[in-house]
Amino acid sequence: MYVAVKGGETAVKNSRKLVAKTRRGPASIPEITTEQIEHQMGLAVDRVMAEGALYDRNAAAAAIKQAQGDMVEAIFLVRAFRTTLKRFGNTKPVKTDQMRVLRRISGVFKDIPGGQILGPTYDYTHRLIDFEGEGNGDGDTSFADTGIDDSDALAERFRTLPWVVDILKKQGLMDDDGETVGDGEAEDLTRRPLKIPANRDIRLQNLARGDEGFLLASAYSIQRGFGLDRHPFLGELRVGHVDVMYVPPELGFEIKIGEIKLTECFMLNRFDGSREKPPGLENGYGLVFGQSERKAMSMALLDRSLKTCEQGGEVRYPAQDQEFILSHSDNVESSGFVQHLKLPHYVDFQSELVFLRNLKNGTKAKRKKKVESPV
Amino acid sequence: MTGMLNRVDLPLLKVQNLSKFYGGTIGCHDINFEVAEGEVVGIVGESGSGKSTLLKCIAGTETPTNGAVYFNSLFGFIDLCQADEILLRKINRTQTGFVTQNPMDGLRMNISAGGNIGERLMANGMRNYGQIRDIAREWLDKVEIDLSRIDDLPTTFSGGMQQRLQIAANLVTDPKIILMDEPTSGLDVSVQARLIDVLRKLVSRLKLSMILVTHDLAVARLLSHRLYVMKKGKIVESGLSDQILDDPREPYTQLLVSSILKP
Amino acid sequence: MSHQYNFAYLDEQTKKMIRRTMLKAVAIPGFQVPFGGREMPLPYGWGTGGIQLTASLLGRDDTLKVIDQGSDDTVNAVSIKDFFRKTADVAITESTRAATIIQTRHRIPEIPLSEGQIMVYQVPIPEPLQFIEPRRPEAEKMHAFVEYGAMYVKLYEDIARHGRIAMSFDYPVHVNGRYIMSPSPNPKFDNPKLHMSPALHLFGAGREKRIYAVPPFTEVVSLDFDDYPFELERWKGACALCGSKKSFLDEILTDDQGTRMFICSDTEFCRRAREKEAS
Repeated sequence: MYVAVKGGETAVKNSRKLVAKTRRGPASIPEITTEQIEHQMGLAVDRVMAEGALYDRNAAAAAIKQAQGDMVEAIFLVRAFRTTLKRFGNTKPVKTDQMRVLRRISGVFKDIPGGQILGPTYDYTHRLIDFEGEGNGDGDTSFADTGIDDSDALAERFRTLPWVVDILKKQGLMDDDGETVGDGEAEDLTRRPLKIPANRDIRLQNLARGDEGFLLASAYSIQRGFGLDRHPFLGELRVGHVDVMYVPPELGFEIKIGEIKLTECFMLNRFDGSREKPPGLENGYGLVFGQSERKAMSMALLDRSLKTCEQGGEVRYPAQDQEFILSHSDNVESSGFVQHLKLPHYVDFQSELVFLRNLKNGTKAKRKKKVESPV
Repeated sequence: MTGMLNRVDLPLLKVQNLSKFYGGTIGCHDINFEVAEGEVVGIVGESGSGKSTLLKCIAGTETPTNGAVYFNSLFGFIDLCQADEILLRKINRTQTGFVTQNPMDGLRMNISAGGNIGERLMANGMRNYGQIRDIAREWLDKVEIDLSRIDDLPTTFSGGMQQRLQIAANLVTDPKIILMDEPTSGLDVSVQARLIDVLRKLVSRLKLSMILVTHDLAVARLLSHRLYVMKKGKIVESGLSDQILDDPREPYTQLLVSSILKP
Repeated sequence: MSHQYNFAYLDEQTKKMIRRTMLKAVAIPGFQVPFGGREMPLPYGWGTGGIQLTASLLGRDDTLKVIDQGSDDTVNAVSIKDFFRKTADVAITESTRAATIIQTRHRIPEIPLSEGQIMVYQVPIPEPLQFIEPRRPEAEKMHAFVEYGAMYVKLYEDIARHGRIAMSFDYPVHVNGRYIMSPSPNPKFDNPKLHMSPALHLFGAGREKRIYAVPPFTEVVSLDFDDYPFELERWKGACALCGSKKSFLDEILTDDQGTRMFICSDTEFCRRAREKEAS
């Protein structure tokens, strides 16, 4: 007799073994090391750290390996690991204006103090698959003698570059963001549930952890007129390292506990003025772990459009709607819930079947009743 | 809140020194008037004169900058502008009604006609399906909608029927006052006439109190006992409807009357 | 794995926070209390709310039963049991009577619960008004102001259209005469088991980060109209294995010709009934 529910335990065990085997692939091919992933798939590591909300290159690389390169799965692994970590305290806010810049560009001025620094980017490469690369990469040392500065040395030279927006602020074209919160006053999205409407600190945290694809598509919709009536400008995009400073209670003064790589983006929008506010430029802000320019720019566009309701504007499109964007941006949540449909729903479905069969039989009865009743 | 419950010596509604500014722009300014029980008060003026802003302040969907809107509710003679949200929402679903210009804003378009009429009853605790249906039929009849349409969606109704359905859905709990924002605009003339006819019957039969905002002086004359004429956010003239429309004093009212009322 | 996890995975601070939230939920029956839910090593939608509650409740002496669809042996139940065996090493049972904590997805056991037992429910969508009012701030106000008219409009529309209330699972209930609550996606068959139950019922929604409760001996009434009262599912036959006529039955397709049979969804109940018959 067939009874579907038996044997679950063994099946689950075997499924786990199978996925481990599939992950490893044929034994004749050497196993990939987490070290290799950490250093040769750095952008994947960056994304997993950003959306996993944990700056730990080693954990991210291990997660990517364990997940066979499935990024959302790897992000999920990092998030679950993050839950178990102890909190020592809060660091000081990082000083991105003192970033050791690897790359820094502006789309609004040809020449900016400190200059445009292209740094490492795919932007100017031709997207031709280098089939040779997979075998020859190790032997190719041509980049070693191109005369290009080692990027870290370059970063030292341009140690601190002024923000482009500071220049605009000095010229009176931009306000300080009124909504910035003080040192240690920011709410923590990972400790308190999201509440709508959300303040800007929470919105930015949510976006910084949000799914890159969701942010990208939402930002794209803004550019196509679903939430913006004019062209935004890239004020500045910078990628580089910042120091992480912490004040241990037992010391009472600031010490450097490490450094992290960040991508920061300022997006500018023209504002024609209102009764309360003079005309000028408005800022959309993005900040993401690692090098993730696509994500930082999307975040900056969304930061601006999610201010709509605060500024008394009419919320007409999804990208302006805080509840729509913030409640659906997290891929650990969305991936889990969409895929939970794979779980058994025998009981609910049985209830639906019972109802449907009753309804089918009952339709005639209801019609009969209708004729009888003196309406 | 003053503690006196439903005092008969007080007006049903009293608007006192009410102003609404948007930044430096005037929505409406220093408005004062009263509505007695069973009275229909019309507020007329061109678009932009502030009449809709005034109505929104009375309904509680806009917060006035200054002033008060006293309502002789079952909970006492209270200032709606100061009332907390829980009380205001309770009053709005039992003792006041609001008929919007566009019926789509006031009805649930994916719910049947009967469900739309029944919602306020169910919100107030009615839990008998048969009884809810009986009352829904009664009200469909009062607003002259065929009873066979009770299970149809409002999307299948004409504009005039939708508006009559909205009126029924508002009146089903016997509100003490009903606010109407341009209920006839968007309807063509013959449909308007039918709606006005239904409203006139309801007003005389139920002794309804009503504040009617309209730019259409013909509609105002047919329905309201008294009229207030608004211009640039202020009341410029008031009096009995016939008196104002037959013998307007203010040049603005004269202009309004001559430009709209066709002999 | 070199990393050392705490007893039942979560750290003690987090457990304390969750227990405080549960106490608040018990104090306001049926009210959804927000909490700072954590990411768990199981996916959202697969019981993270229930797992966090169980992890916060478990002591070393507890005996845990986990069911999914009424069964002790479905994949998700197996996976969750495995998780707690690994992280907490507590006693695991299939016996409803022996369990101190029963974590469930979509069913309440057929064997009656008793005082001192805790039911933990995995909840995908805790808000009974979700499909009537998807906007959270407005749904919160509807609860706060007891504005449940729109909920009844749904029941009204069902009757107008189908001649009966058309909800078959996750059938909303009125708790302690105050809040309307989702009983989680149990079949409505299980709703009466919540009413005046001697056990404590805790509901955890991990993704939506809310916890709510039905304390012991609380009034739980399924929504209905006076003239269209709440009705239970009925089957024509009985369980093909144990012959029970009063349990919830699952339909099993036995071939591709549409031949089907019905068996108890509660595997423990069914097994005991058969054992009793055999002895």
